[in-house]
Amino acid sequence: MTQPPPRTRDNVAAALPDDTARAWFDEALADAACAAPAPPAASSPYPARTWELWFAAAGRYCGHGNADDVRTLLLVEARAGLETLTRLYRHGSAAERRPVLRALPALVEGSLAVHLVEDALRSNDTRLISAAVGSYAAAHLDPHAWRHAVLKCLFTGVPVDAVASLAQRAAGDGELARMLTDYAAERTAAGREVPDDLGRVLTLTGEEPKEL
Amino acid sequence: MRIFDPHIHMTSRTTDDYEAMYAAGVRAVVEPSFWLGQPRTSPSSFFDYFDALLGWEPFRAAQYGIAHHCTIALNPKEANDPRCTPVLDALPRYLVKDGVVAVGEIGYDSMTPAEDTALAAQLQLAADHGLPALVHTPHRDKLAGLHRTVDVVRESSLPMERVLLDHLNETTVQHAKDSGCWLGFSVYPDTKMDEDRMVEILKTYGTEKVLVNSAADWGKSDPLKTRKVADAMLAAGFGEDDVDQVLWRNPAAFYGLSGRLRLDVPEAEGLHEGNSILRGGE
Repeated sequence: MTQPPPRTRDNVAAALPDDTARAWFDEALADAACAAPAPPAASSPYPARTWELWFAAAGRYCGHGNADDVRTLLLVEARAGLETLTRLYRHGSAAERRPVLRALPALVEGSLAVHLVEDALRSNDTRLISAAVGSYAAAHLDPHAWRHAVLKCLFTGVPVDAVASLAQRAAGDGELARMLTDYAAERTAAGREVPDDLGRVLTLTGEEPKEL
Repeated sequence: MRIFDPHIHMTSRTTDDYEAMYAAGVRAVVEPSFWLGQPRTSPSSFFDYFDALLGWEPFRAAQYGIAHHCTIALNPKEANDPRCTPVLDALPRYLVKDGVVAVGEIGYDSMTPAEDTALAAQLQLAADHGLPALVHTPHRDKLAGLHRTVDVVRESSLPMERVLLDHLNETTVQHAKDSGCWLGFSVYPDTKMDEDRMVEILKTYGTEKVLVNSAADWGKSDPLKTRKVADAMLAAGFGEDDVDQVLWRNPAAFYGLSGRLRLDVPEAEGLHEGNSILRGGE
């Protein structure tokens, strides 16, 4: 099991609190869809294009429970490129960084945006970590960084269900198995519980569990 | 008892404070951007700070069951430093964000021309962004500063009823009340107000549009002062409803003017008891 994919436009529209929010949502997406591909004038103090203002304001207009999906849809609708995604991430609140991370698989070819995933994984904010370990990370993180991402989920309490392609990437990964075993030993030595998820991942590696 | 601390600098406080605040009844805070004791030397330093007020700090607060919002501004002290004033140009991109419920702290420190400029510009930004403003009143030359502050607010595009004048005391409360602004009182261990004087002010001036905060920061301060004022109010004969008005409904109404206040604390995604902050960090 991995993270559910972002909801579709129709699913999100149905979940919005009222018709005012739905009208806002339709207008924002329409604005994003006709976003000019050219970079904006650098002199404006505001987010570069009008759809980026909608992006910032999505929580208060659509409800915070819908904001992740609304923002992700806006990014996809605007066909946001790497430069825009990087700027929105760097200028974004945590709530704005999550949809950038979630939209990477749909918007960025190749590994050019991996620096954003790495930035999120350096944080200790579980909202960012869980959004960072999606299918883009599965496809583009190198083995060392990916193993540390899995370990960080165990450290910070992010359920490993959030890690995309966990079974495929973990299979046969002896180094991950060693790291998990060492971590389990460290927890045990300290008299602390070993997270249940650790055993699950260890099993997925296919390595024989050692004495924990 | 539910408590909303409308002015507290949580970046300077520990998780023990969050825990004690929750136990005392605090369920919501607003963290105004201000100076850090040590002067900043570049706009980038402000941006990292603003980002923390919109990222890490609400995350920390949520883990202790406390809703966290912030106010964003170039503070009056650093408005005097030309290395910092370019921050004014970058404020618009922060003022559109969901977690920002006011422009603040703005106002006067030493009442200089640079402070005049920053105050007027930021009152205009508040008006332009549909936000109320948290206005710090100066600690030195306080009454003259309050008069000048009220004059500048009155000349601005921002209606008086969208302005909170903070750090008031016995000498400034009457003029502030006459202005039509909201009235903020910071209760501190040694300076500013104390609990008993606060109760006297509430007896004299009533509870309408009055907000009480701890303004706790990196100085000698106490994040539980809001609760201590509530207890002092009850001991002095105020009712539970009066306490709720001053310590919850008034701050909720003032910051609610932004249309962005969200007082339910969502559990951070993917969080459970073993998370890193509750364990003391990774």
